[in-house]
Amino acid sequence: MEGLRAYRLIGAMWIRSTMAYRASFAMTTFANFAVTALDFVAILLMFSRIDALGGWPLPEVAFLYGLSSVAFGLADLAIGSMERLGQRVRDGTLDTLLVRPAPVLAQVAADRFALRRLGRITQGSLVLGYALTAVDIHWTPLRLLLMPVAVLSGAAIFCAVFVAGAAFQFVAQDASEVQNAFTYGGATLLQYPPTVFGRELVRGVTFLLPLAFVTWIPAAYVLGRPIPLGLPSWVAFAPPLVAGACCALAGLAWRAGLRSYRSTGS
Amino acid sequence: MDDHVTEQVTEDVTEDVTEEVTGNRTDHHTDHFIELDRVEKVFDVRKKTGFMKRERREVRAVDSISFTVARGEMVGYIGPNGAGKSTTIKMLTGILTPSGGRLRVAGIDPSRERTRLAHRIGVVFGQRTTLWWDLPLIDSYRLMHRMYRIPEARYRENLDRCVELLELGDLLDVPVRQLSLGQRMRGDIAAALLHDPEVLYLDEPTIGLDVISKAKVRGFLRELNAERGTTVLLTTHDLQDIEQLCSRVMVIDHGRLMYDGPLTGLHEVGESERTLVVDLERELPPIEMAPARVVRVEGPRQWLAFPAAESAAALVARVAAEYPLVDLSVREPDIEAVIARMYAGEASGAAGQAVS
Repeated sequence: MEGLRAYRLIGAMWIRSTMAYRASFAMTTFANFAVTALDFVAILLMFSRIDALGGWPLPEVAFLYGLSSVAFGLADLAIGSMERLGQRVRDGTLDTLLVRPAPVLAQVAADRFALRRLGRITQGSLVLGYALTAVDIHWTPLRLLLMPVAVLSGAAIFCAVFVAGAAFQFVAQDASEVQNAFTYGGATLLQYPPTVFGRELVRGVTFLLPLAFVTWIPAAYVLGRPIPLGLPSWVAFAPPLVAGACCALAGLAWRAGLRSYRSTGS
Repeated sequence: MDDHVTEQVTEDVTEDVTEEVTGNRTDHHTDHFIELDRVEKVFDVRKKTGFMKRERREVRAVDSISFTVARGEMVGYIGPNGAGKSTTIKMLTGILTPSGGRLRVAGIDPSRERTRLAHRIGVVFGQRTTLWWDLPLIDSYRLMHRMYRIPEARYRENLDRCVELLELGDLLDVPVRQLSLGQRMRGDIAAALLHDPEVLYLDEPTIGLDVISKAKVRGFLRELNAERGTTVLLTTHDLQDIEQLCSRVMVIDHGRLMYDGPLTGLHEVGESERTLVVDLERELPPIEMAPARVVRVEGPRQWLAFPAAESAAALVARVAAEYPLVDLSVREPDIEAVIARMYAGEASGAAGQAVS
């Protein structure tokens, strides 16, 4: 695949260049770890006052938090740079990507590939690890299988959100904050139990922007809780399908965005 | 995430393309490397005129332009700001899709097969770099090497040649953002040539450069064209670029091709004048020396306008022989003025329309 190859080449170059300054890399990675950890500290502080949030005790909320952080972290690591697309459209540097023999999506996604984003993933993994030891889960083969499936599908869903957001920036070049609302905002939303949110919001996040498939639905299944909105339990295995559909739609949106750029310029 | 990266590959072929003039494929001339037939580009400009109110206006950035460029030609593309130069270059590289007409570069429709064409063209944007801003110059070159799949030996040879001719040796390990404008421009030109493109587009390659950098860039381009036969198409504001490099010049204004022919012809059509500024030893009455005429006197300094086609050397010699000359300089005709004059005289027939 020409796109993957270009992505790998550009990504590798950025890794080499950050590794030239190891101390700086270590520090920024730690900073990424620490800053994202503050989110969890906020949750811990909350639980110093309460015993359960929307009926979910701390270890279960930690489970949601870890799942959301790792899935979002993976997407952010892979294509987090896409939020800068509007900037590239504004200052015209997107043109330079269009004259290279590689798909623009791959070039934009790999731009400034930063391993320091592993900080968020590490932090999320630690919290998830704590949750897995603290919650008494009745493990079945299906539940075990669902864990990696949920993480990967969740990452793919977030990737789709990143790509769709970037596509939107072709039209509205200063929309990167709007995109952040969906990516970072979405990731934070998913760290809290669905029961603390209004039914309408949960519906929206399930059927419109299907972020619920990243954590709420698979987590409910693994933890043996009722699936939100009274959905049947087989829905817990839908995340790969949902992720595939999201990616396909995001791909179409991207294509439309790029086409509108190429016929209007900037 | 792999899914939607792969999604991308079909993007070029499914591109929805504007109405195409289907010509007879058999009469396709191979020596016409670049072909434009009534190419247009219309932009929809939306202007906010109030809350939620927008006014739509059509802007014809390129209005029915036709020309051909043969392999190995070196063509200058000039015109005032906003004339449509950059838009044309963007269509030639496939960045923009034409709104109408037929466009071919090396037999390829640029907007349809952008990535395939990319292997055969080199592009230098004067105002922005194609290099990776935060990384050392050599890293950008290494990436080009792999991305364009340039064979090792060719890459070595091309890099060595560019490094030598463009004097990049000491700059290879410097991050691009630390380079001066002139250094960066040379770095950009090298990057555009590593994959042996058949045509090199340069959009304002000398803009903002000092005299020495300009000379280096021009010298290199001249040699590239002469020795490797690379077709070169450059847009510029600077008539000197054209004078020193191009045998052929195209003038565009308001999206229309106003002139296509040799530079001397442009001066004739535009009746342009150069200016000789002389500093005399003392204040003297206006110099009389046909065909030059004094247009301004300020103390010992006088401004003489003379036809651009006329030799400055003969005039200078005569002035020096008859007047106490302290210093002098020659000013080139202002391109905007030439074009303005041409625009005014457009009705009297496009005398210089020399279609090659």
